[in-house]
Amino acid sequence: MPAEERMSGSNGEDGNKDLFPVGMRVLAVDDDPICLKVLENLLRKCQYHVTTTNQAMKALNMLRENKNKYDLVISDVNMPDMDGFKLLELVGLEMDLPVIMLSAHSDTKLVMKGITHGAVDYLLKPVRMEELKNIWQHVVRKKKPDSKDQIKSQNQDKVWAGTGEAGQTSTSSSDQKVNKKRKDQSEDEEEDGEDDEHENDDPSTQKKARVVWSVDLHRKFVQAVNQLGPDKAVPKKILDLMDVEGLTRENVASHLQKYRLYLKRLHSVASQQANMVAALGSKDPYNLHMGSLDGFGDFRTLTGPGRLSSASLSSYQPSGMFGRLNSSASLSLRGISSGVVQQGHSQTLNNSINGLVKIQPSVLPTTQNQNGTLFQGIPTSIELNQLSQNKPTNHFGEFNRVNGPNVFGVATKFPDARVMVGGSSNSLSTASGNPLLLQANTQQTQSNGVFGNRSSLPLASLNQDSFDVGVRGSNFLDHGRCSDNWQGAVQLSNFPSSSLSTSEAFSHEQLPPSNLHDNISWTSPQISNSPMDLSSSIANSTSLDDSRGDMPCQVGLNNNVLQQWGDRRHDYSGNANHSFNRVDSLVSASGAMMDQSNAISSKRTDVSLFRQLSGDAPYVVQHPDSEKSAFDTKFRSNEDYLFDQAKPQNCFSQNNFEPFEDLIGSMIKPEQNNETPLMDGEFGFESYPLGSCI
Amino acid sequence: MALAALKTQLKNFVQSMFDEGVLDSQFSQIQALQDASNPNFVEEVITLFCNDAERIITELNKYLGYQNVDFGKLDSYVHQLKGSSSSIGAHRLKLACVNLRQASDDRSKDGCLRALNSITREYCLLCSKFQTLIQLERNIIALERNH
Repeated sequence: MPAEERMSGSNGEDGNKDLFPVGMRVLAVDDDPICLKVLENLLRKCQYHVTTTNQAMKALNMLRENKNKYDLVISDVNMPDMDGFKLLELVGLEMDLPVIMLSAHSDTKLVMKGITHGAVDYLLKPVRMEELKNIWQHVVRKKKPDSKDQIKSQNQDKVWAGTGEAGQTSTSSSDQKVNKKRKDQSEDEEEDGEDDEHENDDPSTQKKARVVWSVDLHRKFVQAVNQLGPDKAVPKKILDLMDVEGLTRENVASHLQKYRLYLKRLHSVASQQANMVAALGSKDPYNLHMGSLDGFGDFRTLTGPGRLSSASLSSYQPSGMFGRLNSSASLSLRGISSGVVQQGHSQTLNNSINGLVKIQPSVLPTTQNQNGTLFQGIPTSIELNQLSQNKPTNHFGEFNRVNGPNVFGVATKFPDARVMVGGSSNSLSTASGNPLLLQANTQQTQSNGVFGNRSSLPLASLNQDSFDVGVRGSNFLDHGRCSDNWQGAVQLSNFPSSSLSTSEAFSHEQLPPSNLHDNISWTSPQISNSPMDLSSSIANSTSLDDSRGDMPCQVGLNNNVLQQWGDRRHDYSGNANHSFNRVDSLVSASGAMMDQSNAISSKRTDVSLFRQLSGDAPYVVQHPDSEKSAFDTKFRSNEDYLFDQAKPQNCFSQNNFEPFEDLIGSMIKPEQNNETPLMDGEFGFESYPLGSCI
Repeated sequence: MALAALKTQLKNFVQSMFDEGVLDSQFSQIQALQDASNPNFVEEVITLFCNDAERIITELNKYLGYQNVDFGKLDSYVHQLKGSSSSIGAHRLKLACVNLRQASDDRSKDGCLRALNSITREYCLLCSKFQTLIQLERNIIALERNH
């Protein structure tokens, strides 16, 4: 029997239909060999077809290779290479597979976390046969909506809530209009977290009729809302505009509710921060988009676990809207986060970071740390993601909550983006979207730029070719931001102008160089100051070189990055400096690369560099000194941007390198000087972008 | 004959471990997983467990030997040991792990050291019993093959 099951890999589906749950394909992930062995054999005894791995990353790769090979994932919570919750989220985002969490920890918070992250069940060690005998029901529940009408069931609202739950749980209140009409729904939503629990308890029906708000569906929704205007959008009209068969007014209403919650959250954040508010007010459409984006990010991240299909994500990207960005998942989220950061400047960013932190628990304590965590999350997701994340993190450092969800979403989404994004057309669309963003930027400047950049970056990651374009665009934006940030730290006047120019035109070349130069002048002295960094940089440089080599192979790079991140996480020591150095080394290397290689090659190198940078960022996060870490992240992001710019602009590349170095040096200096100074610098950075935007 | 006697002996031995609280019912699950397709499962799991537990205990000793104990690291190791202990049904070892976790939460190095002592003690006891158990298993399997 077991042998037959083992052999049944490809035949699993037939087995499912005929003898289900016999032959149900389960992927078991646990770093503890004993638990894994026991679990494996228990599952075999249940006549499931079992595949095991002791690493979350391996599991993720296996799933990415062919998500149709598995019906169910059982994952340990505590794993060294990747947090089980992270895996859960990624799986939820990239493939709509039911995930069961497993832990020796019965802490209510942990269980709740698992549930809110989309786990269909949470089992406690030791696992017993009795429990495993029943897990097939989760597969049935998950599959039914696909085969039949997703929308028809009465549970739609709940389902929806389930998908959006993560994001929504954080939001405080929902739109009153909707609530009045649909109190039930709002209650459902509020009970999202509990919903999942219920599912666990009585899994029978709740998931059956879920409306899967795929990226595509969500995009339609956002388009409809934007067309109607956020204030005038009512479920009925949205439904008419969307014109999706099977979708009911209730579905739209509950989705709208969540959407509005996100918007509200965004606005509340903005209100907290005068700058944010002002920016939003000036650009209604943009603001709305932003909000929507943020919301989406949250939704997706929250919902992501399972519901977002990669395909849907890709579709989102094309849409120029912020929402699209969000939908594009990782990319959009990043952009959002960055935008948020710029707007909020302050604490909202931190929140976002925190969200990231959730993904990766280690960094939580400080905002800076959070940034680092974000970075970490990004690395896992994808290189591009990392880049984008870095950028957001820089700005975000201060914005906590608002961005948080977005950040999460991004991290989770990134993987999807990698898979899905592939299409160059998407990148193009994003590019087009960027101009819009840029315009917005002129008003809000930096934040918009960030969005644009991020969006472009994700695309780049998806398609190497597209990468160049996206990266460049992103670079520009980043450059502007970076330069702004730096300037903020050093000289405000210089940066703003540069940032503005960047925002106006996508042409990265013009603005970036100036910024870079400025930065260089600044940083050079600083660099000299930090000897420590140099040593670290050497090691980093080697790593960078490696990364360059890796560049061609995105997957390989990603893995490396991830691993590095993991390692870095563990390493708390002066990583920040190292990272900086790395950046420098990367820059130099990239410069060489740039010169030699054509645009494409340079782009690739950029990507690798970015990845490396991102990897560095994680280090920064890890640094005990939160301030330092924050700086590092910013620097890194800046560096990344610079790199990007340099690559696109072959000529610039060399110049950029210097700036990078300078930046790094400057970064180092702040760190060396004092944490507080560094903090100020950070704040200044953030403020600068805003100022420039204004 | 001999086989039946051996099986009885094994059963009684395991029962005594249950009675002493060394093992709990989870171990029965492990035993139930041993079948014709998996004839050495119990021994495999036990060997795996003992090696892993020994490794973790070594790590725990290392981390508790430092001047400044990294309780976070300590906690993650204990957590793993607790997970594997519970998976194999090593009841008392698991309880000792819980104690160490508690002491770690309390940031009490003394408490941790005491708990680690008790973990080590439980581990040694368990392993010696497991060795006996494995020997019985082997004898039974050998006899079954001959039949």
